[in-house]
Amino acid sequence: MTELWDGLVTALRLIVSFDPEVMAIAGRSLAISATSSTIAALICLPLATVIHFNKFRGKRTLINVIQTMFSLPTVAVGLFAFVLFSSAGPLGGLGILFTPVAIVVGQALLISPIMLGLTISALSGVDKTIADTAVSLGASRFQMAFVTIREARFAVLAALIMGFGRAISEVGLSMMVGGNIAGYTRTITTAIALETSKGDLELALALGIILIVIALIINIVLNRIQQR
Amino acid sequence: MALIETDNIGQKYGGQDVLKDVSLNIEAGEVFALIGPTGAGKTTLLRLLDLLEMPANGSIRFDGIDITANKSLRLQARRRMAFVLQKPVVFNMSVYDNIACGLKWRKEKGPALHQRVDQALELTGMAHYAKRNARTLSGGETQRVAIARAIAIAPEVLFLDEPTANLDPVSTNKIEEVLAHIIAEGKTTVVMATHNMSQGQRLAGRIGVMMNGRLLQIGSPGDIFSTPGDKEVAEFVGVDNILSGVIVNRDDELVTIDVNGAHIQAISDYPIGAEVHALIRPEDVTLALHKDASSARNTFEGSIAKTFPIGALVRVEVACGFPLFAVVTKRSAEDLELAVNKKIYATFKATAVHVIKRWN
Repeated sequence: MTELWDGLVTALRLIVSFDPEVMAIAGRSLAISATSSTIAALICLPLATVIHFNKFRGKRTLINVIQTMFSLPTVAVGLFAFVLFSSAGPLGGLGILFTPVAIVVGQALLISPIMLGLTISALSGVDKTIADTAVSLGASRFQMAFVTIREARFAVLAALIMGFGRAISEVGLSMMVGGNIAGYTRTITTAIALETSKGDLELALALGIILIVIALIINIVLNRIQQR
Repeated sequence: MALIETDNIGQKYGGQDVLKDVSLNIEAGEVFALIGPTGAGKTTLLRLLDLLEMPANGSIRFDGIDITANKSLRLQARRRMAFVLQKPVVFNMSVYDNIACGLKWRKEKGPALHQRVDQALELTGMAHYAKRNARTLSGGETQRVAIARAIAIAPEVLFLDEPTANLDPVSTNKIEEVLAHIIAEGKTTVVMATHNMSQGQRLAGRIGVMMNGRLLQIGSPGDIFSTPGDKEVAEFVGVDNILSGVIVNRDDELVTIDVNGAHIQAISDYPIGAEVHALIRPEDVTLALHKDASSARNTFEGSIAKTFPIGALVRVEVACGFPLFAVVTKRSAEDLELAVNKKIYATFKATAVHVIKRWN
């Protein structure tokens, strides 16, 4: 018990003293997940709009499939990305396996269903009369879509934040396609996994606390947004 | 050439006809009211005219262009119109930004935009709400923002769907004032749907009566009011007395209609033997305690079956071989000391009877 207590104290000391290693790992995690979230958002927002505003065969099924992929196991996406980027794989030529780029791409794939699905339901939550009103006031299809997204802005933002939350907290994918290389692809989650297995609890705890604080901040922001 | 011409347009929702064979011409600058009960197809017709939906069949020409055939011209045509929906919604932004939307979508900016928005705010009496979030407004205020938003773009055609439904009388008056102002300016063609007959009368130059997805009759408010074309229209416009009978005699234009044995004199072209409805507006029936020697040809003796007040008036049902409804002022009801079972003479002129053919 004292061991755990000592670990916690050391962990807090590492955080408040801005320990370079802890800060580097946390910064890298944030940067990778922010990048993957931005890329996923740039793809999902327009795609969700296209899916929402068009009638086509199998739309319901497509949305069901997207929703099913909300809980895609991170290791499954990791395996897929690994095969994709491995030297024998179709994108092996890019040589990005075991680089931060691989993690970014993998995370973007992982969180796209969540962002896409939640954005579609955010848009569905907007009164259909909003679209009619916009069209009747002379909006083009693009302008109509834009004003609808604007009406759903808080729910859409929540969808994007949910995606970021999943990206920063996943471990399996980062481990598989990043390789947990110190100072290069080591993120908060992979570092925690490694340090814990090594029995080096101080660093693991420090990073764990940071991850929880990030999760807490995300939740507070999300709550604020949803209350509007 | 009329500004809007529809040729036998129809619409189906889920295989059900909601609109059938509507042919209608609307001239530039006129005020046209669609009246009819809920579910008659008024909203659907407006949505088709505003190009929010495409008709299942038939064609619509706007300013001479067939917009049902020319997909690419639809946005251009739609930008010359504005539509205030039945339950208007406002965008989650300030009143000012709501009103500016249509103009911004037309790439209007700078002082010109400001001026147009300010004018619309002024006209609808919403100037002091400009900075408020539109979502915080009451129903009447929301309706005024919706109208301001529509007129800010200076549309050639303004469509209004039940602009005062579900509003209190004060808000209704305010909205009607705004509409009367727009109409008086004469720059805008107005097409409005209403289930309120008197609103149609007050505002419109022509009225179209819709029932069950069909446009049954088009005419001036006076025409529709006094000479409805069929029984449903008559019922809707407040003709309380719809008496079924047969023409039994004719003397030049003057015919005698047998209604349950009672003889009603009326003016009609229908031949002897024709099965008809005799339509008499209740306000054209006068009541008296004694038989008077007026020129009115139809006087019936009867007893009062029922009376009930409607506002400042009293509606009286007289049993005189057939039920006959009359409307008198409260004052004359008191003077006549109207009471149930009291003996009374009901009188109406032959010219007050509108005769229509009975189809069933």
